[in-house]
Amino acid sequence: MKTKIIYRTLTALVVLATVVVWQGCKPKAPASISMGDAASKAYVPPGKYDEFYNVVSGGFNGQMSIYGLPSGRLFRIIPVFSQFPESGWGYSEETIPMLNTSHGFVPWDDLHHIALSTTKGEHDGRWAFGNANNTPRVARVDMKTFKTVEILELPNSGGNHSSPFITENTEYVVAGTRFSVPVGDKTDVPISSFKENFKGYISFISVDPADGKMKIAFQLKTPGVSFDLARAGKGKSHGWFFFSTYNTEQAYTLLEVNASQKDKDFIMAVNWKKAEEYIRAGKGQITKAKYAHNVWDEHTHTGVSNIMNEVLQLDPAELKDIIYFIPCPKSPHGCDTDPTGEYIVGSGKLAALIPVFSFTKIQQAIANKDFEGEFAGIPVIKYEAALHGEVKKPGLGPLHTEFDANGNAYTSFFVSSEIVKWNVQSLEVLDRVPTYYSIGHLSVPGGPTTKPYGKYVVAYNKITKDRYLPTGPELTQSAQLYDISGDKMKLILDFPTTGEPHYAESIPAELVMPNSTKIYKLEENKHPYAALGEGQARVERKGNQVHVYMTAIRSHLTPDNIEGVKLGDEVYFHVTNLEQDWDVPHGFAVKGANNAEILVMPGETTTLKWKPLSIGVFPFYCTDFCSALHQEMQGYIRVSPAGSNVPLKFSTGKIEDQASGAGL
Amino acid sequence: MKTLRPVSRLLVALAALMMISAYYVPLWQILMWAPQYPEGLAMKIWINTITGDVKVISALNHYIGMKHIDVEMFPEFGYMIYIVGFLIGFGLITAALNRRFLLWMYSVLLIATATAALVDFWLWGYDYGHNLDPTAAINIPGMSYQPPLIGTKQLLNFTAFSGPDVGGWIFIISGILVLGTLGFELYTSKKRV
Repeated sequence: MKTKIIYRTLTALVVLATVVVWQGCKPKAPASISMGDAASKAYVPPGKYDEFYNVVSGGFNGQMSIYGLPSGRLFRIIPVFSQFPESGWGYSEETIPMLNTSHGFVPWDDLHHIALSTTKGEHDGRWAFGNANNTPRVARVDMKTFKTVEILELPNSGGNHSSPFITENTEYVVAGTRFSVPVGDKTDVPISSFKENFKGYISFISVDPADGKMKIAFQLKTPGVSFDLARAGKGKSHGWFFFSTYNTEQAYTLLEVNASQKDKDFIMAVNWKKAEEYIRAGKGQITKAKYAHNVWDEHTHTGVSNIMNEVLQLDPAELKDIIYFIPCPKSPHGCDTDPTGEYIVGSGKLAALIPVFSFTKIQQAIANKDFEGEFAGIPVIKYEAALHGEVKKPGLGPLHTEFDANGNAYTSFFVSSEIVKWNVQSLEVLDRVPTYYSIGHLSVPGGPTTKPYGKYVVAYNKITKDRYLPTGPELTQSAQLYDISGDKMKLILDFPTTGEPHYAESIPAELVMPNSTKIYKLEENKHPYAALGEGQARVERKGNQVHVYMTAIRSHLTPDNIEGVKLGDEVYFHVTNLEQDWDVPHGFAVKGANNAEILVMPGETTTLKWKPLSIGVFPFYCTDFCSALHQEMQGYIRVSPAGSNVPLKFSTGKIEDQASGAGL
Repeated sequence: MKTLRPVSRLLVALAALMMISAYYVPLWQILMWAPQYPEGLAMKIWINTITGDVKVISALNHYIGMKHIDVEMFPEFGYMIYIVGFLIGFGLITAALNRRFLLWMYSVLLIATATAALVDFWLWGYDYGHNLDPTAAINIPGMSYQPPLIGTKQLLNFTAFSGPDVGGWIFIISGILVLGTLGFELYTSKKRV
């Protein structure tokens, strides 16, 4: 009996010990709690401003969003490439032309990257550029109004991913195609004729230094590969541009495998000053191409779309010394120049090291013709001849690198889900922090400029998983803010993001905030359908079009009683907001509208088209809570049968006698 | 005929010349703050016009039935330039003709003008604050909205301040100079007797 008890006790103890040991051996879950004074570092007290504007791409929502740093608060979503019913972008008559393309009206796109305009390599706070990855375009947002003011389509491109990176003085915005495509007269070709017929095109878009107007200055015809990201040279390397490429295997199917075969793809170095020389010498070729150029006019409050018909092209296979290839390990994604312009960091997303190239060495290699051969007629510089050195064992899957002002680089690692800090000169790894989870791009304020502000690095993560309250299968996207002011990077904030941010830039608030537009001046409103006072409010019929010149001011719409519209008519509500005070927008919506509402800023005129499909009296109202009497800001429009003789009339504040019956 | 000391003539002329500034800078200001307007709203009264956030103030005041503020509302803007011109002229003549009774008259004239201006402003304020549109959206029995003559007053959600602007202060200094000169003349002539 006694031995049985001892035996049982021993057995129990052994089992218990096994469990304890087993538990002890299990790896711990990653420490996900930020430590110490983190909260105070990201805290912006009520009523205080953030230090930086964070201009963030919206990815598949096609928009740009504006956050504050360090708080991570979302201020605004700027509609760019996608329709936005809450403001009427892409629905109002004025904004529909902004989304016009050579394929007609395109209501959606995928905005991946941001470039903030620079002068002498430093942020100047004038414009933000964004790329459309699906139907290739570049957009320009005015940083005074935070409004999309220009969209330029790119011909001969199959997906504008390597864009919208800019040169030191915003001379050019580049646009490199992700998909090589057949162009010109031979577009109906077998997909298997890739090597023969498919070409990659890089567009250099010039930007007018005075008003920002974009124009395709020239296109470079390059071999059929995929362009991923790019950065301009700066300082000593100003005049050059560096593009990462992948699929130099020239695969056209199952790229996952077939475009990952070579040990090295290329970084393409472009001497754009040389390209300018060739153009001046008349070596460019004017080629037919159809593309849309859409420009917003701030005085008519209207976008105008023009279809362009030709583009200037250069063929670097014939015109020597414009481009060179530099081998770079395994499908490089990021291709980033440091603030001095001397070092170019390639981030091979399947590689386990980071090559750093030297601009000086690249120049020497070109001078000494230190080439290992040619690729599609373009010289390939020897890897070692261009290399400053490699960062050894930095992590797995480097994607993108930015810099601080102290000679350090910060590289994101998608596969090993971390940020690694290393020294650009010594190539020594200094610190690493985990990200939650699978970081894509990262962003240091001023990181791509010649004058990084440092202080923070933001991680834009691809996977969120357990970081927030779950919301079903579809979860929020997420960013993480790290303090990099000390030797060690410290996680100080998680913040959810809208859309799927890819790249972002941050700019000090003082460079943008003082220029922010508060109202549009009524006396500068040149909209052809503006009613610049209630006295001008009216309704006019032109055939089956009824134009309502409507005014909105707290707290009434003029006219607010409209009769004489007939079935089959198209009604255009041209709403002018007569307010001249900051933060008093009015909205307009009408029952049964098949498009959206419109938001009208003070001093602006915006048009909503409405085609009634049945007879009756339809209410309309102001949708933006404008005042204590906002709920009273409403009216009626009467729709009569097609043959009716109800006269066209309109009024506000007019009380009539018992009106006679309907259909008179 | 009693004459003036040279320094007095100089001071009176200076006071008159300083009033020329009235044509170039605002004379009076009304400032308003509310929770929604932490940055404040300002209305500047000049010799012949009114500037500042007039449209915004009018847009807000229409809820309580106050009139739309407009330059045409003030006939004063038509003749104020002449009154001030007369005051400047009278001062210069006083200095030129060198008569103490003219200084007396000038002092009385300045006090009378200042008083008349304040009374006129108060009357306008009374009408503006009391003569309300009966169909206004917000109607608070017993409430009127007369702006303060000078100083600060709470009007519903607004704190309103009324007081001299740069030109007004220059006028006040001119007035003090003239009255001071008169006092100085009287004091010193008594001594001489």
